Amino acid sequence: MKEKLEQIKAKALAQIESSEALEKLNDVRVNILGKKGELTAVLKSMKDVAPQDRPKVGQMVNETRAEIEKVLEAAVKKMETAAREAKMKAEVIDVTLPAKKNNVGHKHPNTLALEEVERIFIGMGYEVVEGPEIDKDYYVFEALNIPADHPAKDEQDTFYINGDILLRTQTSSVQVHEMEKGKLPIRMIAPGRVFRSDEVDATHSPSFHQIEGLVIDKNITFADLKGTLAEFAKELFGEDTKVKFRPHHFPFTEPSAEVDVSCFKCGGSGCRFCKGSGWIEILGCGMVHPHVLEMSGIDPKEYTGFAFGVGLERIALLKYEIDDMRLLYENDIRFLKQF
Amino acid sequence: MNTALSWIKAYVPELSCTDQEYCDAMTLTGTKVEGFERLDKNLEKIVVGQIEKIERHPDADKLIVCQVNIGKEVIQIVTGAPNVKEGDKVPVVLDGGKVAGGHDGGPLPEGGIPIKAGKLRGVPSNGMMCSIEELGSGREMYPEAPENGIYIFEEDAPVGADAVELLGLRDTVFEYEITSNRVDCYSVLGIAREAAVTFGKTFIPPVEEVKESGGNAADYISVEVEDPDLCSRYCARICTNIKIGPSPKWMQRRLAASGIRPINNLVDITNYVMEEYGQPMHAYDYDTIAGKKIIVRRAKDGDVFTTLDGQERKLDSEVLMICDAEKEVGIAGIMGGENSMITGDVKTVLFEAATFNGPNIRKSAKRVGLRTDASGIFEKGLDPYNAQAAINRACQLIVELGCGEVVSGMVDVKEPLKEKRRISFNPEQINRLLGTDVSEEQMLAIFAAEEIAFDKETKELVIPTFRQDLVGEADIAEEVARFYGYDKIPTTLPSGEATTGKLSFKLRIEQKAREVAEFCGFSQGMCYSFESPKVFDKLLIPEGDALRNAITISNPLGEDFSIMRTLPLNGMLISLATNYNRRNKDVRLYELGNIYMPESLPLTKLPDERMQFTLGMYGEGDFFSMKGVVEEFFDSLGMTKRAEYDPKAGKPFLHPGRQAAIRYEGKLLGYLGEVHPQVLDNYDIGTKAYVAVLEIPEVLPFATFDRKYEGIAKYPAVTRDISMTVPKEVLVGQLEAMIGQRGGKILEDCQLFDVYEGSQVKEGCKSVAFSLTFRAKDKTLEENDITGAMKKILNGLEQLGAELRQ
Repeated sequence: MKEKLEQIKAKALAQIESSEALEKLNDVRVNILGKKGELTAVLKSMKDVAPQDRPKVGQMVNETRAEIEKVLEAAVKKMETAAREAKMKAEVIDVTLPAKKNNVGHKHPNTLALEEVERIFIGMGYEVVEGPEIDKDYYVFEALNIPADHPAKDEQDTFYINGDILLRTQTSSVQVHEMEKGKLPIRMIAPGRVFRSDEVDATHSPSFHQIEGLVIDKNITFADLKGTLAEFAKELFGEDTKVKFRPHHFPFTEPSAEVDVSCFKCGGSGCRFCKGSGWIEILGCGMVHPHVLEMSGIDPKEYTGFAFGVGLERIALLKYEIDDMRLLYENDIRFLKQF
Repeated sequence: MNTALSWIKAYVPELSCTDQEYCDAMTLTGTKVEGFERLDKNLEKIVVGQIEKIERHPDADKLIVCQVNIGKEVIQIVTGAPNVKEGDKVPVVLDGGKVAGGHDGGPLPEGGIPIKAGKLRGVPSNGMMCSIEELGSGREMYPEAPENGIYIFEEDAPVGADAVELLGLRDTVFEYEITSNRVDCYSVLGIAREAAVTFGKTFIPPVEEVKESGGNAADYISVEVEDPDLCSRYCARICTNIKIGPSPKWMQRRLAASGIRPINNLVDITNYVMEEYGQPMHAYDYDTIAGKKIIVRRAKDGDVFTTLDGQERKLDSEVLMICDAEKEVGIAGIMGGENSMITGDVKTVLFEAATFNGPNIRKSAKRVGLRTDASGIFEKGLDPYNAQAAINRACQLIVELGCGEVVSGMVDVKEPLKEKRRISFNPEQINRLLGTDVSEEQMLAIFAAEEIAFDKETKELVIPTFRQDLVGEADIAEEVARFYGYDKIPTTLPSGEATTGKLSFKLRIEQKAREVAEFCGFSQGMCYSFESPKVFDKLLIPEGDALRNAITISNPLGEDFSIMRTLPLNGMLISLATNYNRRNKDVRLYELGNIYMPESLPLTKLPDERMQFTLGMYGEGDFFSMKGVVEEFFDSLGMTKRAEYDPKAGKPFLHPGRQAAIRYEGKLLGYLGEVHPQVLDNYDIGTKAYVAVLEIPEVLPFATFDRKYEGIAKYPAVTRDISMTVPKEVLVGQLEAMIGQRGGKILEDCQLFDVYEGSQVKEGCKSVAFSLTFRAKDKTLEENDITGAMKKILNGLEQLGAELRQ
């Protein structure tokens, strides 16, 4: 019996050794270990074995079975691994073939710039608000210290609907709308479309965008204005940006300033973007004129504030090196896809 | 405004700085320098030489050989210039020097033209004699220069001296941007005063001393101002024995540097005083003035007047005129008349220096169609005190330049002059506003330098009349800030109550719209808010449609930009057309922009500005791709109910069979569809295009950012497919609505999986198939639950004319 088992084992191992395919190994399993297999046949012939020897023989059969199974399993695993390797080898792809993209759409460069500005000021606790694009003379001019005969409201610059209603020329009008609400303190920015009677060319458009900023509270100082805008410039143009405040004049702020930032293209050494000066003018600002506060019902003895206005297109053109403003309103997909 | 630095230095003699230092310092105190240019740029080694001997060139007929004394030595120069003779003193550029330009006066090369010793047709030439053009200027600035040839100095020019200096070219011209509030700085004296304060130097203005020669101006002229609201002061003086000739070189040079062409002594004096004092003046030929009388009054509507440039000007009753006893002789503050202009034969001159109403001059200049240097200054509103100073300065120059004699006295008609303004001085408040700690002494020192006096008793600042911009304490604070230095003010952040930074709800919805559109492949465009009224025809909007009631701009940039848009499609279609014409494939664009709906016309109250979310596309995709974007948008706003699509949208610009109104809970939110082929033709778009428009204000009430977890189903679902034929007119949406309504709570989902029209289906019908999913939240469904629901659904569908297919 022992010899028979050894014989079966040797035969099985030889067959496993010589198998070249998974099916052959399966044949081995069936022929030797299967229900009608040789080893099973040995078990079936147990009735011929003497009862006292049966446990021993049974154990021998099981051991043989285990040994064969072990070898068989290893052979199967080896063959499966080889087969997977071969399959993967055949599946090699050219990874440099073009990507399948989802053709996601793109933001307008103005929006890209606006979102940057909004992010910075929202972080500083400013609320983003809006005001009407078609507005009354009072909000765009009169309440901002620009009376009827002021050259700033010259008909050449302003589109009028009638004597009293016009297309706003500046988002500063939103200052007045916000102040009139009577809720203090105010920290707001107001982005929006403005209109001026300029013919379309590379640097002008009759319709463009501004972002107005207004802070009104007790004890707001010119130093606060400087600090706020310096932070803004650094966030927008980079940590090393230097800021220069130059005295200027706006009817609705006093003192007023224009702000230059060190050229973010050349770092201040002079290039074509800053026309060699090392500085780029980016916004106008100032302390809210006491008369403007008064007109909107705020007591200038108790409250002070500052305001600023940024040209959105100016930022976008500079930041993204766009050389012609007309591109912003043509909506050519080859232009938009770059943002 | 352009001015030579030497003119500023004439009144701030201690001023000493480089051009760049001057530029930076002036800009930082508020007199912005736009740019500056050295007049001696590229002029090197140029001296005064005297021609001692001229010989013919042995080998060239058109050349001559000159021996030129340059002071230390005599050098030989060969030239082809036709105008020199022995004894002439000329500018000579020496070997190794540089000139600015060529003799033809063309554009100046960036680095100038280097000059080296060499040979001309075999004869050595050790330098070059220069024309005014080679020195970078021209005859309009140096009228004494010959039209074609070498510049020749006056006889007293010192040989060997710096020729550039002698020509007044060792100077720098600064261009300033003057802010509109600082009318006093539209003058050399105003800028010089600012420079003096900026650099802490003394300002020494000219003293107007007129050497009068007797008589009495009042015997020559009387002045009557009929409209004092438009003319608060009118000063007149008389000069006799006028001798017209060139003005002196120093005056010519200063005018030339300011960009003003020298003409003759009389004209130059008025221009000079205008530049120096910022007070425009006018000179009349006294002998043309009838009745020894000047009357200042408004013109009459329809009057026509010929200005001294020979043009006829139409007037109206708001234009102020200067008249004599019989006729009009000038448009006040804008331009004099041809009938009284100065000619070479003038013997007696009437000088006018007046203060006119600024806004009136501005409006008149526009109405008459003539904006002059003078009107540009007058329109800013001048200081009445300046008129007197300026007219006296002009008369002083008449005498000093030997141009004539000045009759004693001035005729001066004026409204009562205003007292100097007083502003209370509160140093603590100034520091509180600026966030600074500037001492009272420092502030007072700044004011003193600015000629602002301090009244110790009342603690008030007394403002000089030329500073019309200083009105309140904030203005005073700015004076302190700019001379203390904006750069020295500290940088702090606002203290006080914390506030929440946020976007408004509407702006958050717009942000969502951008996200969804971009995710779906649409790029953001921007279109104009104004457009042409022809747009309505292009979009097939019928006559009388409410959309045609657009707001009109009264002064548009032309008809194409004359109305405020009432629908957003024109901009979108133009943009699609632009892309189509440039052969861009598969274009998807969106825009977020307002339309402007008037309540009534003409406009009496502000219109309703309605934000539109507009999508447009051509190329890949169809109606249902666009519908998909609309639904993605609604999903992103938490609008989970089924939107309804009504094919009767009634949009004339869309394909009549391929358009839908979009409703949500019965509310109209917008529309979508394929663009009408006629409209595509009108916009030159040669392919099918699709648009969708959503009204953000209508969407807002349904949008929410709240989300609620509903629990993932625990019990199994059962699906049933149904297939039916229905008359073609029955919409899938109607069938879906019916299934939804009849299916009850256990109907979880209903998906269309087939629509077919064709040979196997009865004429006039279509086959439609749905897959229905049933599920209960609390139990496993039993067969009779589903059979019951299906029965109700099928009954409902039969009512719509459906026949169930087996």
